[in-house]
Amino acid sequence: MQELITRAKELLADGTVARVLGWKAGDLEYNPQPAFFTNEKELEEFVYNGFCGANLSKYMIEASKLEGKTLICLKPCDSYSFQQLMKEHRIDREKAYIIGVGCKGKLDIDRIKANGLKGVTGVTGAELTDDCEELCVTTLYGDKKIPYADGMLERCSVCKGKEHMICDEQIGESKDTKTGERFAKVAAVEEMSSAEKFAFFQKELSKCIRCNACRNVCPACSCRKCVFDSTKFDSAQKANVDSFEEKMFHIIRAFHVAGRCTDCGECSRVCPQGIPLHLFNRKFIKDINELYGEYQAGADIEAKAPLTSYVFEDVEPSVVAERSKS
Amino acid sequence: MKKIAKEALPMLYKKIAEAKELIIPVKVCGQTNYKVWTEDAEVDLDTLKTVKSAKDAFFPQSETLYTVKKEDKKLHIEPEALKNQEFVVFGMKACDVQGVAVLDKVFLVDPVDSFYAARREHGIIVSMACHEPEETCFCKAFGLDAAAPAGDVVTWMVGDELYWNPVTKKGEDLTAMVAELLTDADEKAVEAEKESIKKIVEKLPYSNLSLEGWNGSVLDEKFNSPIWETLFKPCLACGTCTFVCPTCQCYDIKDYDTGHGVQRYRCWDSCMYSDFTMMAHGNNRNSQMQRFRQRFMHKLVYFPANNDGMYSCVGCGRCVEKCPSSLNIVKVIKAFEKKEEK
Repeated sequence: MQELITRAKELLADGTVARVLGWKAGDLEYNPQPAFFTNEKELEEFVYNGFCGANLSKYMIEASKLEGKTLICLKPCDSYSFQQLMKEHRIDREKAYIIGVGCKGKLDIDRIKANGLKGVTGVTGAELTDDCEELCVTTLYGDKKIPYADGMLERCSVCKGKEHMICDEQIGESKDTKTGERFAKVAAVEEMSSAEKFAFFQKELSKCIRCNACRNVCPACSCRKCVFDSTKFDSAQKANVDSFEEKMFHIIRAFHVAGRCTDCGECSRVCPQGIPLHLFNRKFIKDINELYGEYQAGADIEAKAPLTSYVFEDVEPSVVAERSKS
Repeated sequence: MKKIAKEALPMLYKKIAEAKELIIPVKVCGQTNYKVWTEDAEVDLDTLKTVKSAKDAFFPQSETLYTVKKEDKKLHIEPEALKNQEFVVFGMKACDVQGVAVLDKVFLVDPVDSFYAARREHGIIVSMACHEPEETCFCKAFGLDAAAPAGDVVTWMVGDELYWNPVTKKGEDLTAMVAELLTDADEKAVEAEKESIKKIVEKLPYSNLSLEGWNGSVLDEKFNSPIWETLFKPCLACGTCTFVCPTCQCYDIKDYDTGHGVQRYRCWDSCMYSDFTMMAHGNNRNSQMQRFRQRFMHKLVYFPANNDGMYSCVGCGRCVEKCPSSLNIVKVIKAFEKKEEK
């Protein structure tokens, strides 16, 4: 982390960048927040540790409109989002100086607490300089050590890899965190009968409170005005009055980001009700891979997205019926 | 003081539910929220904080106000019936009970909100002391006692027993109804529990949060502070903080097209949303900084200005736990404290 701060200070001092977009220490061990820093003094509060899960790419949309370059810290998975936003002409590459930061897996305080912990007052073992094997959690009701992996975000256990898709320089070590297969849960849901699938999603989505956090955090949701915010759109945009969200809101959103979603997992990270929203997006990614060949949104700037390009060999729409028969 | 064994609680729920609707923390897919009790519900009194507060019981996230139906060339308007049956909200913590007191200031003053008033009249609050307060709690800063909540019946979970103390007429009546399941108890265990809760509260990181400088008379000074411009930056403009908050009371009224009529309903609104208080001329708060500032100014300045100094934050800490960007009212208060020190 110190290396990052030193480098940020240098780049600010020599005028390469006008500001730094990173994370600022919180008032609890586990709640750092995204922040802009404009001088050395402010950088004293800069932090980068296991709790910096927030993907900063989307903040670059606003930062692209500012004078001068912004130094942006991107974790390997964030770099996919950044590149995808570039591809969609939502951010200006020239306005960014990217430091690819190492990643040893990011933590989820709710998951940590699910290990039977409450009243958490401190967590150690989550610094980038740590080996990130074990977390020491101090609480008001006793201390406990838990394996690092037991406190990690789901997305880290199916990590796409620790390589940055785009960056100007790299700082910090990474560590492989992949322990599971990315599409395993999707495949399990596919195995369910229609009635079981419906019950599964209805139960999960009935928790939705329509806070729109999933949409607002999503780097693929970058429309200036969302259709759901239109006063002329005849839908329950902020109410769960007719269980609209159970059947439509999240599905419409998943359709809209299909082929553009990089599977950064922010939707699931921010959901206050712990709905596994990434499953929708992963289903689309899995289908795209199977029907059009392997494709990873944000992995490169050139490749044409399968859903926005046409080639003669594309599957016919009848594939839907054929697949559901088998 | 009465008590009931923890293992006998399902019988208590059943007994209450035979006569009244029972709303209680229920776990669904790993998350605990207030729900109407059913026999197969997974009641969860161990989780200190439900994701949403108990606010829904008195002021639901969405409710129909009236329905308009078209028949031939006539329109029939059917107002929604007001709540006319008693119901019990079980397990509310001190912060959530105080949240209702805040809502009362809004909905029970002239013009009285009849939907809310009917629910308040028929609702019976069985509150519960916080056995193990958490690091995100700061109700003490607002003068609340996690060990002795308000309510119609106050309860304490001590070991394998739930202690039960009716304090109002409504509470006495409910106690009489379930009397066969309760046994007499002395105060000793409860006194010890209260002491233990108080000791923990003293150790909470936010317990000594100072509200100095926040009151109804600092409007211009706080409103015009340059701090807001930096503070709001990470805000995603989602409605999480407002929807998990026990005191946020803003709502919108909308029409749902049923195909052959209109269902007019109201639903919670969020001052974080771009169409909040949008009028024909546009919006009077057109930047996210202004929307962000509105939420905290309302809780800490406007509300106390209009309600004899009562803050419309109760220190439940749900926003501390749930904000996707780790922003919250504590950080706002501290940011001003720090700035003023300099």
